[in-house]
Amino acid sequence: MSGARDLPAAPVDKALPGHSDEDTRRRGPAGYLLMLPGGLWLALFFVVPTVTLVSTSLYDPSGSLALGYQMTGHWQNYTQSLSDYSPQIVRSFLYALMATAACVLLGFPLAYAIAFKAGRWKYVMLVAVIAPFFTSFLVRTLAWQYLLGDNEFLVSMLRKVHILGSDGYLLDTPFAVVTGLTYGFLPFMVLPLYASLEKIDPRLLEAGADLYASPLSVFRHVTLPLAMPGLVAGTLLTFIPASGDYINAELLGNPRTRMVGNEIQDLFGAGDYPTAAALSVTLMVAIVVLVLVYVRRAGTEELL
Amino acid sequence: MSGDLTLTSVTKSFGRFTAVDDLYLTIPEGSFFALLGPSGCGKTTTLRMVAGLEEPTAGTITLGEQDITRLKPYKRPVNTVFQSYALFPHLTIAQNVAFGRRRQGHKNVDSEVEKMLELVELQAMAKRRPAQLSGGQQQRVALARALINQPQVLLLDEPLGALDLKLRRQMQIELKRIQTEVGLTFVHVTHDQEEAMTMADTVAVMNGGRIEQLGAPEELYEAPATTFVANFLGQSNLVAGKVVGRDGSVIHLDVEGTAITAGSARARSDEGDVWVGVRPEKVYISEKDEERGDELNCLVGGVVSDVSFVGVSTQYLVRMPWGQELTVFEQNTGNRERFRPGDPVDLLWRPEHTFLLDASQDAAAGVDREGE
Repeated sequence: MSGARDLPAAPVDKALPGHSDEDTRRRGPAGYLLMLPGGLWLALFFVVPTVTLVSTSLYDPSGSLALGYQMTGHWQNYTQSLSDYSPQIVRSFLYALMATAACVLLGFPLAYAIAFKAGRWKYVMLVAVIAPFFTSFLVRTLAWQYLLGDNEFLVSMLRKVHILGSDGYLLDTPFAVVTGLTYGFLPFMVLPLYASLEKIDPRLLEAGADLYASPLSVFRHVTLPLAMPGLVAGTLLTFIPASGDYINAELLGNPRTRMVGNEIQDLFGAGDYPTAAALSVTLMVAIVVLVLVYVRRAGTEELL
Repeated sequence: MSGDLTLTSVTKSFGRFTAVDDLYLTIPEGSFFALLGPSGCGKTTTLRMVAGLEEPTAGTITLGEQDITRLKPYKRPVNTVFQSYALFPHLTIAQNVAFGRRRQGHKNVDSEVEKMLELVELQAMAKRRPAQLSGGQQQRVALARALINQPQVLLLDEPLGALDLKLRRQMQIELKRIQTEVGLTFVHVTHDQEEAMTMADTVAVMNGGRIEQLGAPEELYEAPATTFVANFLGQSNLVAGKVVGRDGSVIHLDVEGTAITAGSARARSDEGDVWVGVRPEKVYISEKDEERGDELNCLVGGVVSDVSFVGVSTQYLVRMPWGQELTVFEQNTGNRERFRPGDPVDLLWRPEHTFLLDASQDAAAGVDREGE
């Protein structure tokens, strides 16, 4: 009905950022009490482990789990691990970057479709995006091992149409690892993007068209800037865990696709705690620096 | 004229619902045109078709010589002030205003933007974001954002709907001033009859996807063509009557046994059963059997049933002998005492203020106005 266009109008005389509300809310101990459980949790399971991790990274590596380590401020752990494992660190970020890019390319159209075009299928599609979480990450990655297997449908079909050579394969390649990462983190891209896109008033897109912007131009000048918070959140939620992931490289890769997560796991397994810790701290610092630079550039500091 | 906006046989259906039904409309270049009607009457759909945001199911829309029926919205020399303003929240006021010019490829738009903001008196707000502005200010930004493009036609979709009454009155005058100043064609969609009458040169009253009547506000008000217009635009007393004869331009009628007359100029129907209409403010309420001139129409035997004092005027409901309640507005000049409920009164009005409508219509059409 055309009457449906006569929608509730814009907020009238929206109060300017007021003070009174916030002032009353800030007063009193309620705020601190509310923060207490989360704060304790954070202290216990984040601050303490981080301190432990950093101090472990400075232990003398000649010790062992059985004999105990000595705290010697052995910063060479860092230089040593950097020189030993820089290819894996670089590869981790490269794979994570590729997976993130793939997630954007796949996730943006999907989120856009759910937000603007899905109509009554909106919630069905959202559930479909979340559905994989009902199965464990490990099982889903194992399923990819099967899907990409040498004698399975995908590979034989690709061989038939000569995209792959007659002895070509997919499993145990960088492609398989990046595919697995992309698959695993796609929902983390789609959901924040959807949340941002869904908030966009479709009338803004109409206003853009009315003001001489072609569909492409509307996307560039209206949709994309308004979806930016979701895009930044999505890329962070994809890139950060993907950089530290080791399951995909373990199950879908080969020895030359090892990521820094695999090395850390192996070092811990071998009992070389100081080097493993140094590598972990390095990864953490690198990610924090990258994220800070990225968020600055994207102009979405309010997310942090 | 070269820039007239013409809608020819335009129809728009949504599924089985026909929002706009075979509409013919010519809006002269440079005029302030109002499309007035209740919600769901098709006025907004009509506007959206002109803007290109909706494609007509049938018919053509031309702007001057150019057929714009299927032209993409961004290719039309037409801009819209949206009902909710639809300002871009991520852009500053200046960037919002510059948006259309930039998309058209203009590089140096700063001075144009400044001039526009001056026109709507918002220079000081150039660097703010829409959310930091009041409703009235946002409305003016939306106007500036559209006007800067100097469109051939400016469409206004209930642009004042979200403002409070006082601000709305102020903006009405402001809009009218700007329209006169820039001389563009304004097409204004509204359900507020007072707004339409105050601002527009020409008002088209829409109902059920069709135009009921089109004309200057005075014309529509004084000589409504249908019961819908009579009731939707202001208020009317409609009494069942019968034409009993004609004497040149004077029509003789019988209303519940009383002989009255009407001028043929405002007669949409001049034989058989008719609705005899008169506006409440045209009716003079007099004491029972008070002295009066013979030339006036007079319905006697009424009893005041309700009195409401509304400041500038007093509104009476008068119950007539045949049971119908008629409305009378009287200016509060203070020259005489107000009547009280129960007072016996007669109602008088000049014959030329009578209008006659076809009796086949529903006398209550258009009575329930939204938003009032």
